[in-house]
Amino acid sequence: MSESVIIVNNLTKVYPGGVLAVDHISFEVKEGEIFALLGPNGAGKSTTIGMLTTALRPTEGEAYVGGFSVTREPAKVRSIIGVVPQEFSADEDLTAWENITLIGYLYGLPRDEVKRRAEELLQMVGLYGVKDKKVETFSGGMRRRLEIAMGLINRPRVLFLDEPTLGLDVQTRAAIWEYVLKLKKDYNMTIFLTTHYLEEADSYGDRVAIIDRGRILVIGRPDELKKSVTWDTVEVEVTGPEDTIRKALSGIRQIKEFTFVDGRLVVKVSDGPLAIPQIVNALSSMGLEVRKLSMSRPTLDEVYMHYTGRSMREEFISKEEAFAMRRTLRRARS
Amino acid sequence: MSKIKTPHLHGLWALTNRELKKWYKEPVILILSLIQPILWIGIFGKAMNLANMFQGASISIPGLTIPRQIIDQIGNLVLKETFGTTDYFSFLAVGMLSFIVLFTSMSSGMTIVWDRRLGFLGKLLTTPVPRGSIIISKVLASIIKSLAQATIVLLIGVLLGLRFSFSIAMPAAFLLMYLTLFLLSFGFSSLFLMLALRSTRWETQMAIMNLLNMPLLFSSNSFYPISYMPWWLKPIALANPLTYANAITRWALIGVTPGVSIMVAFAYLVAFAMLFAALGITLSWRFLSL
Repeated sequence: MSESVIIVNNLTKVYPGGVLAVDHISFEVKEGEIFALLGPNGAGKSTTIGMLTTALRPTEGEAYVGGFSVTREPAKVRSIIGVVPQEFSADEDLTAWENITLIGYLYGLPRDEVKRRAEELLQMVGLYGVKDKKVETFSGGMRRRLEIAMGLINRPRVLFLDEPTLGLDVQTRAAIWEYVLKLKKDYNMTIFLTTHYLEEADSYGDRVAIIDRGRILVIGRPDELKKSVTWDTVEVEVTGPEDTIRKALSGIRQIKEFTFVDGRLVVKVSDGPLAIPQIVNALSSMGLEVRKLSMSRPTLDEVYMHYTGRSMREEFISKEEAFAMRRTLRRARS
Repeated sequence: MSKIKTPHLHGLWALTNRELKKWYKEPVILILSLIQPILWIGIFGKAMNLANMFQGASISIPGLTIPRQIIDQIGNLVLKETFGTTDYFSFLAVGMLSFIVLFTSMSSGMTIVWDRRLGFLGKLLTTPVPRGSIIISKVLASIIKSLAQATIVLLIGVLLGLRFSFSIAMPAAFLLMYLTLFLLSFGFSSLFLMLALRSTRWETQMAIMNLLNMPLLFSSNSFYPISYMPWWLKPIALANPLTYANAITRWALIGVTPGVSIMVAFAYLVAFAMLFAALGITLSWRFLSL
């Protein structure tokens, strides 16, 4: 279980024209884990996936997938991976069945086997009933499910999912995730995914790498990351002079800082459950009445902000990317 | 090439079949692609029938009446001398075969641009199918489409009055025609696919097609014989594969004496097809990417 199935070493991609999309990144992904690459648009996520799936040639550095070099043994890498690209890639003019069997033949699978697997996979993603319908009639969720099924036709050891839920509504996103988790369980696959949805990386990723401007800033389990850099936020509704409050809180070690927002006291603390009783006691001992209190735990956005100094934002993207993105979104929402 | 294993051939056929499905499963596209040759051969071929200029008229110069018979005879002589046949419509109709092959093969490059834009190419590149197979499948599909279109043009030509005058046995003549058009399509499809290997804009590809189609056509013997061209156009016409394809098909089907030996013309087309196919496949290994 702990063997590394993806090893990335100083991987770098410079596009013609000098755009440094991925800047000397290194990491390892363990067999059987869900590894999430989190970052805003234009951070280098798709380029990284492109290089790991041999669609793009690295400018520098090396990566191994399942022990094969992506630059020297690309054909071997291709045969053990499944890819669900960010863009819908199915041929709109063909039916779901024609699309998935076509991909099966491209892996050199025998005809009977292709048919057997196509049937099984389409059933799994709930598209068997519409297998003879043209893909152009599919909704965004159906298309994404078809893409996932297509990515699995060769029973890959590693499944790459590039923004698997981009542009989908909340229910469909949840449904897609159900499939992904089921897959991981059923086939014991390693899943490498990119996303710019913080909550997805948080709830589904075994480990998360935060990427920004082509560099990986930090890698770790979501809870570790949150604990390492952020504070719980305690909001208190209390009436009283600010000076008194300030004095009351001065002795509590866990408090990092506090501010007054719209008449409420907002306290950042290192350990919420431990700090809350102390805050309440301190305020009460000064004769102040605590009317309401709530605590929120940090999200990955705070981790992201800690490392990048800003919230997740939209970056400049190329015309082709913008075109592809618009098309994907349009189709996803149709 | 001999190292390609059966599974990859599987993929090759699956990909070719995909291209063809998009063509024959879309009745609108199929009908549209038939209309073009009908228009060309029907309207252009009939209206621009140069033979009309020389036939069926009598000329009266004051004091001298030339009988129609003589005019016709002179006309036929001129036609025979110029086109190698007195039947200009047949001359043109056979020339249309290479024309439709050229136009159909040219659009092969567009399919790569669209596959790239619509994400399909990205998916293909992550499967173990050899890069060469991606190109070969498109070439194959393009050849099949071209030959099908050419057959239809031939049938329409016959309906509109194309008269055969075979130089060799009929089956051999048709076989030679298909072989010739096959080579022509092979070369042109590879050439235009090659030009599209890195292209991300279909506008660029359209511009290349528009830039090249008419000049290729008019710098060949499709409409008029090379001997009537200005001196500077002749070498271009002699380098143009269309010229050789027309020479062979006209010789085989309607008995026009070719300007070059049939063997030379055929060898030229083989070389043309092989050169661009080899270039296309080699370059696709290196350059076909997202």
